[in-house]
Amino acid sequence: MSADIILRVENVSKRFGGLQALSDVTFDLPRGQILGLIGPNGAGKTTLFNAINGIYPPEEGRVLFNGQDITGWKPYRVAKAGLARTHQIVQPLNDLTVLENVMAGACFGHENHPLGRAREIADEVLEFVGLAERRDLLAGSLNVAQKKRLELARALASHPYLLLLDEVLAGLNPAEIAEMVQVVLKIRDQGVTILIIEHVMHALMNVSDRVIVLDYGKQIAEGTPEEIANNPRVIEAYLGDPKLAEKMLRGEV
Amino acid sequence: MKPWRDPGLWLSLLVTAAIGLWPAVAANKPYAREMMFTVLMSVGLASSLNIMQGYTGYVNFGHIIFFGLGGYVGFYLLSVYHAPLYVAALAGALTAALVAFLLGKAILRLRGAYFALATIGINEAARSFVKNFDPFGGPTGMTLKFHVYQAYGGANQALWITYIALVVLTLLIILVSYLVKTSKFGLGLMAIRENEDAAEVMGIVAPDAKTWAYVLSAVFPGIIGVLFFFKNGNIEPGDAFRLQQSIEVIVMVMLGGQGLVFGPLVGAAVYQRLRGYLLVSPLFKNIQLAVAGLLLLIIILFVPAGLIGWLRGRFPRLRRWLV
Repeated sequence: MSADIILRVENVSKRFGGLQALSDVTFDLPRGQILGLIGPNGAGKTTLFNAINGIYPPEEGRVLFNGQDITGWKPYRVAKAGLARTHQIVQPLNDLTVLENVMAGACFGHENHPLGRAREIADEVLEFVGLAERRDLLAGSLNVAQKKRLELARALASHPYLLLLDEVLAGLNPAEIAEMVQVVLKIRDQGVTILIIEHVMHALMNVSDRVIVLDYGKQIAEGTPEEIANNPRVIEAYLGDPKLAEKMLRGEV
Repeated sequence: MKPWRDPGLWLSLLVTAAIGLWPAVAANKPYAREMMFTVLMSVGLASSLNIMQGYTGYVNFGHIIFFGLGGYVGFYLLSVYHAPLYVAALAGALTAALVAFLLGKAILRLRGAYFALATIGINEAARSFVKNFDPFGGPTGMTLKFHVYQAYGGANQALWITYIALVVLTLLIILVSYLVKTSKFGLGLMAIRENEDAAEVMGIVAPDAKTWAYVLSAVFPGIIGVLFFFKNGNIEPGDAFRLQQSIEVIVMVMLGGQGLVFGPLVGAAVYQRLRGYLLVSPLFKNIQLAVAGLLLLIIILFVPAGLIGWLRGRFPRLRRWLV
């Protein structure tokens, strides 16, 4: 395995009862890139995240992170190896303050900081995502857009090597999306590799270096955003309407 | 903030010390001592339970089994081997810690109501075990020979020594409660309380953190049990494993405000004074537990944050003091 592949997913399959949620998914993610993951609802995108970070282990296949086989590791062990994620449905620690939420991210990630240092990191990260003024509020009192930022800040505070972003743009208005896209690009520029699930197509197509398409748990395409947008299978399976592809690239969808 | 510069810690310690010193200035000293022994014991039990229930979010109906088991093991050493009190106390602490560690490995994988149910079962199991365990005297329990107290300069002096030990222990429990709450370990526990799955994704090793919280919260009732039954002079299964006492401790924690250092302290003191009043009132003396139940219902429905939690919410300026 070459040194600059940070994440390798090999023939990963996952089944829930009669539903084949993932079948034989395989891809490499080179360090420093942004890899987009798209597919219709129920295609298995979040399941793939869960299989990578240990929420539930895959039945078949392997996940290699930084050259280490992390298949079947518990989520906390994966986190301590330097992999952070956000959740599609935000998971704030409601009765703790915004600052404490982010400190927890810094404390228990792979850098394992003491509280004092964690507070400094949390302050930097809150500044970065634009939540600094709300640091002393309870996380439960934030609105959805702010909770999304908090979710991102908490993951970032652990200074991960790899960040899994699960629909950080969903539910945001166009101005908020534009801001968040800038934040994501800045994170990449700091050297963090990103695997991102997104339904907001033009945003995803603009930030991703490469894109993978899942449909019914199967990987039906992989390529640059342009290749994906012009791939007939993707258009058929996912977009349904060929004209959508052009609109998508122009940012109208 | 450095602990010794936090006014909230000092307030909690001062209130505890004031309760502890009351018998020294009260008119009828032995009576005041007995009264405050009960209050301090409740403060210790509630504050230690709070580590599990308030910080970690696991409601535990079996807190009193550590009091009972620690008490039994310590009492056994005191009566059979004539061990010094501090050795018995240490043995009580170790027993409670060991039992909590093993139990934790087994039942801490359960969450929410399932964990709570398991702890009720364990309380009953512990009582049945001790009832049928002959070295501990079976259903009749054990009684201390009076000459055991001679080593402490007579019964009266032994009672004062036990009381002072309890005062020191309670102060220690408050300090530990504060240090846990303001530590990285405590932040991990509170993250588990808020959302255990998200906590694990952040890298918090929840199984370990929960187990250590359980062990820490069990150590103190283990010691308190030894002190209480040494003072009492006898121990029997019904006194050592009383489910209703576990429930009363939960009421105290919730009354004062769970998840706070000062909350369980105030909750325990208020509850015990209320209970003392109810027990001597002709109207309530037979239904004082019903009053406890009603109180719990009212707290859960109307003041879920407890007295201190409510004050913190109502008067944000007090937050510095009411930690």
